[in-house]
Amino acid sequence: MGKTMAEKIIGEHAGKDVKAGEIVVAKVDVAMVQDGTGPLSVQVLKEMNMERVFDKKNTVLFLDHATPSPRKELSNAHKILRDFSDKTGAYLSDVGEGVCHQRLVESWASPGQLIVGADSHTCTSGALGAFATGMGSTDVAIAFALGKVWLRVPETHRFYIHGEFPEGVYSKDLILHIIGTIGADGATYKSMEFYGPTIDKMTMESRFTITNMAIEAGGKTGMIAPDETTKKYLEEMGRGEKYREIKSDDDAIFEKEYEFDVSEIEPTISFPHTVDNTRTITEAKKENIRIDQVYIGTCTNGRIEDLRVAAKIIDGNKVNKKTRLIVIPASRRVYIQALKEGLLEKFVEAGAAIESPGCGPCVGIHKGVLADGERVLSTQNRNFKGRMGNPNAEIYLGSPATAAATAIEGKIADPRDYL
Amino acid sequence: MESIIKGRVWKFGDNISTDHIAPGRYFHLRTNLPELAKHVLEDADPEFPKKVRPGDIIVAGNNFGLGSSREHAPRIIKIAGVSCVIAKSFARIFYRNAFNIGLPLLTADTDKIDEGDELEIDLEKGIIKDLTKGITLESTPIPPFMMRLLEDGGIVEHIKKHGDFKVD
Ligand code: SF4
Repeated sequence: MGKTMAEKIIGEHAGKDVKAGEIVVAKVDVAMVQDGTGPLSVQVLKEMNMERVFDKKNTVLFLDHATPSPRKELSNAHKILRDFSDKTGAYLSDVGEGVCHQRLVESWASPGQLIVGADSHTCTSGALGAFATGMGSTDVAIAFALGKVWLRVPETHRFYIHGEFPEGVYSKDLILHIIGTIGADGATYKSMEFYGPTIDKMTMESRFTITNMAIEAGGKTGMIAPDETTKKYLEEMGRGEKYREIKSDDDAIFEKEYEFDVSEIEPTISFPHTVDNTRTITEAKKENIRIDQVYIGTCTNGRIEDLRVAAKIIDGNKVNKKTRLIVIPASRRVYIQALKEGLLEKFVEAGAAIESPGCGPCVGIHKGVLADGERVLSTQNRNFKGRMGNPNAEIYLGSPATAAATAIEGKIADPRDYL
Repeated sequence: MESIIKGRVWKFGDNISTDHIAPGRYFHLRTNLPELAKHVLEDADPEFPKKVRPGDIIVAGNNFGLGSSREHAPRIIKIAGVSCVIAKSFARIFYRNAFNIGLPLLTADTDKIDEGDELEIDLEKGIIKDLTKGITLESTPIPPFMMRLLEDGGIVEHIKKHGDFKVD
């Protein structure tokens, strides 16, 4: 009988044949923490008397959630990671380098790897054909020291995606639509594998947006089999030699199979306070929802492709007087590219505030915390109550194009009116 | 680890996220867990941190603990003194984190349990007695490896004891 991608990769790392449902111990290729989860990992390693790392280059400490630090407690948390890096040689991705998941796909992740991260959106790297999953600080601490983790091999839910995207509809709308359909726990514990003609034609960047959000359906990871697009991306990132093929066998067991036709999808919005609370833009517009702040950025949609789409819509327009627009490139690489292409100039001329690469207001610490009763439309991946720092604010999720149109109108707007 | 747990119920609904449990605005308290625990579940019930007493039990609906990987969430539930969480279902990172740090979770149909009920739980057998209502509920058995983690007192103690993961 055939195997799924997840079974193959975990099997290779466990050194034996595995099948869904089994609990195994598997070797890890890359392990990472960020500034919110890492200090606890360091504390655990201290308690265990195991302050060491299995592989310096592939043990990564990202300073991205609260950077540059807005307060002394967080500066001290950063210092814990800086000191750990000095002591063990673990790689420190410092202030301004960008969001962990974007940095991972740029500089670390490659097909067939097993990646664990103390951050739930670690699943993003699955678009490159890795088995990448989020865990807690303790799990990753142990992975740092021992270079392995325990895992339950997940069943796979397969998503066949076909059809042409209508104008103004993007991979973000597709994944919001999928989560709206299957629910925020529709794929709990499962590997979500995306395939089909629409995925084949999709850029690597659009694919990252999809696998990034697997966790929002409860998924353990999101995966896409590597192909020519993956190969070109890796070459561009200077790791072409890391390319390899790996895919699910046709006769593997898939616990569930879904089919989505993207030609039937409209721009899609998640309403507060759950990601699966989706509406089409046509429904959303009827409610005439005033928006106080728009955020374009994050590990979901802060890539160059996203900034291009949004800048094109913003170009020659002004941000609404009653709305703030915050734009944050997901990484330094994206930042430089956006500078070169003149995209940031277009945002600034329209009235946006640009911040340095990192998570920005996504996690509710700084750079755009909302007032009571305010509403934000963000390109991020989740909208739980309190997520952006104020439980009395409302978070709406949409694509970069929808965000740009919304910034111009000051209310939830249809990007198709600007294309 | 005690395998019989007795306590009073605090009831929550579906989709209680790690943002409800350990809000991002207290990010700076993540290196000070006892302080962070003073805000546990504040965004689901602002009074909860003041009301909760050692030994109490959290009972919830579907998908408890969804969202971020922050292990601080189950840790502060434990620090607040909660002895067990029972829900219809759990998000996977939370589930894993809880057993890793020695907070027991049970999966069961929680509709019949109300706030304030007294429960008596046999963790090993997975049996939940609602003493207030005089009913007995069965939970989905805890996978053997997770049970071993609980018995060992969490993953750190597990590794210390066995020198490695012991999955079979
Ligand atoms: S951008 Fe938001 S979702 Fe992504 S890693 Fe940062 S805080 Fe998490």
